[in-house]
Amino acid sequence: MTKVLMIAFMMIFTQNYVLVQFLAICPFLGVSQKFDSCIGMSGAVIFVMTLASAVTWCIYTYVMVPLGLAYLSTIIFILVIAALVQFVEIFLKKFIKPLYNALGVYLPLITTNCAVLAVTLLNISEKYNLLESCVDGFSAGVGFGLALILFCGVRKALERAKPPKSWAGLPITLVAAALTSMTFMGFTGIADKLFG
Amino acid sequence: MNKKTSKWKILTNGIFKENPVLILLLGCCSVLAISVTVSGALGMGAAMTFVLVCSNVVISLLRKIIPDKIRIPCFIVVIATFVTLVQMLVQAFVPALYDALGIFLPLIVVNCIVLGRAEMFASKNGVLDSLLDGVGMGLGYTLVITCIAVVRELVGSGTLYGVRIIPEGYQIGIITQTPGGFFMFGAAMALLIYCLGKKGRHFDPRIGCDGKCGNCNFNCENREDNLKLYENQAALEAAAAATEAEKEGNKA
Repeated sequence: MTKVLMIAFMMIFTQNYVLVQFLAICPFLGVSQKFDSCIGMSGAVIFVMTLASAVTWCIYTYVMVPLGLAYLSTIIFILVIAALVQFVEIFLKKFIKPLYNALGVYLPLITTNCAVLAVTLLNISEKYNLLESCVDGFSAGVGFGLALILFCGVRKALERAKPPKSWAGLPITLVAAALTSMTFMGFTGIADKLFG
Repeated sequence: MNKKTSKWKILTNGIFKENPVLILLLGCCSVLAISVTVSGALGMGAAMTFVLVCSNVVISLLRKIIPDKIRIPCFIVVIATFVTLVQMLVQAFVPALYDALGIFLPLIVVNCIVLGRAEMFASKNGVLDSLLDGVGMGLGYTLVITCIAVVRELVGSGTLYGVRIIPEGYQIGIITQTPGGFFMFGAAMALLIYCLGKKGRHFDPRIGCDGKCGNCNFNCENREDNLKLYENQAALEAAAAATEAEKEGNKA
């Protein structure tokens, strides 16, 4: 149980995918302008990451390892994720319309979101079990959402700033991201003290 | 002669005019994460160039066989094959580099540069052109990531390619950590905008897909609508600017 809590804490704060590990930077910078799209994107990422963690873990343990195909994990996982995203989209469209309306737009973007592939590959290399993999996927998604929503607020403040001409736009946004990620450095070492 | 210059143009296109990192803004994750040491950056650049060249050549060879509707999954399989190949080669022959690159080596699969070039270039052009494009894009990527790594390694830990330049004890940890990555990339971008501005060219970099499909090369469902919206918005902005200028002109 402690391990599960520790994974969740680390993925959300100390090892945050966006602000500490540099994963999923494109959606982080691209989608963080409007609060609504932040919520939608985070919801979709949490959903797909949890599902992908569970599915790829099962495929890896029960299909790939017995057949000796473990070295193909990159190819198989990316195809599984692509198929899964497609399937989830069709399923939601048909059966859970309100959820589809909320997340549907963001689903196609998730296949190429590097954080999803990263979480499935890291689950395997960290040798997590099924529960731990699911928690890892879920909390990595929550960490992504937290970073996205925090940064959305920072960007709102940034809109009123007047940076030097050549820094306007993306450069100053990156500097703001640097400052936001600096705040997350404050969590360094907390996980060991809390759960160690 | 003419043919030669066009080939040369394809090659240099990726290095300067359409640099995948600084101009097209693709695949920023690995640039930010791996640009801590020069050796890591060069290794990542080499891996990326290899995957780009191989996948471009194979996709260009297969471009008439792959059905249009399922081309993206097909491209992904080709790319993932070469990424797995690189992963195994690096793990076998340069284990230190394998550890340094970590998760970002397999993540070349989802790096937008490779898929972007497959979709934009290799699926429409001949084998030789695609090969040159792959080499150019790979070199452009390597150039940018290495330049950023030189600055980060020198300022952050006082070494260059592992050789100590600034005496022992000097270290600015924050530059080699995450904030430094964001900041240095922002600074590189600002420098580029400044230099282009001196030449009289306006460059407004934008990332991602918040409806600004002008920069995105994937055919998602919203692309058409968003492109129209983007154009309309641009037209509206231009009109607003024009009326403002007129007002100012009247005042004067």
